[in-house]
Amino acid sequence: MTFINYAAREINCKIVYYGPGLCGKTTNLQYIYDRTNPSAKGKLISLATETDRTLFFDFLPLDLGTVKGFKTRFHLYTVPGQVFYDASRKLILKGVDGVVFVADSQEARLEANVESIRNLDKNLKEQGYEISAIPYVLQFNKRDLPTSMPTDEMYRKLNIKGEPTFEATATTGVGVFDTLKAVARQVLMELKKK
Amino acid sequence: MSAPDLVLYEEEFHKIKEALQRLRQDANANVVFLVDKNGQQIAAVGDLASLDTTSLASLTAGNVAATDGLARLIGEKEFSILFHEGEKDNIHISIVAQRVILVVIFDERSSLGLVRLRVRRATGELDKIFEEITQKVEREKDSLVDFESPFSEITDDDIDRLFSE
Repeated sequence: MTFINYAAREINCKIVYYGPGLCGKTTNLQYIYDRTNPSAKGKLISLATETDRTLFFDFLPLDLGTVKGFKTRFHLYTVPGQVFYDASRKLILKGVDGVVFVADSQEARLEANVESIRNLDKNLKEQGYEISAIPYVLQFNKRDLPTSMPTDEMYRKLNIKGEPTFEATATTGVGVFDTLKAVARQVLMELKKK
Repeated sequence: MSAPDLVLYEEEFHKIKEALQRLRQDANANVVFLVDKNGQQIAAVGDLASLDTTSLASLTAGNVAATDGLARLIGEKEFSILFHEGEKDNIHISIVAQRVILVVIFDERSSLGLVRLRVRRATGELDKIFEEITQKVEREKDSLVDFESPFSEITDDDIDRLFSE
């Protein structure tokens, strides 16, 4: 649910980073935060446990500039990836405008990726969205690891509708902004249709 | 999509701000702001300079969403009022028009009783404004003629520019 404020000339869009536990959702946000001009970003809020596992969500507001005279603000959220936090994940998907699915490239996590996409599909449906219709981007993270799977095999197993797909290493920033830009593009193009 | 987009026009925006301003004075509060349930700030009045209102908005919405979840678990529809008491500052959170969150931050110069009383009056006022907004959006949808989205001509270049720095 994009929020357009004609009085303040602002559009606010909500983008959610989804994926299995430890796939690098928070690392994506952390990199974006570190590399963004201080005037264009707010605080990065992390509701995490003592061992830095996301407990509820991470939140990063970004001011990207203006489109057609409207200040464009993106609110980036991550969900907690661990399976038992499903109730929290549902809450965060409320009002979402676009989703980035961060997949862990390690072979051992393939099943967790598949399961998490299934979970995303189910939770989106509960909120009244269809994964086939919503702005959606896929990221293969952790490409730097020696245990990472071939990308064509990952593509076959994880790409569901031909969505834009990016290889990334979030710790060093490879692919992070490409992913964000791709989802932002889809979200803004969605406004055009309205 | 599950919920319609929230579109706020100048006229209603000013009415909302006036209502919040009045509430702030009547309740002797430091800050009063309105957030939608997804964490987007709608309007804020008061001593905002020292406050990170964007983060406040997002955390408030998360807080309300989590509390809603708790309510449903025990068979309640929602908890319509949340109150957080601190050493100096306190936060009073309530739901308005079923879709927006009204937040009042106050200190020892006010009291919970006063805030609750004034919030109740302001809620009636805000309910009415949001009712008007809903009707207006419906009307616009039916007529479809006198309103064109400024984004209808958005181009790839516009989007590239956002990421150009």
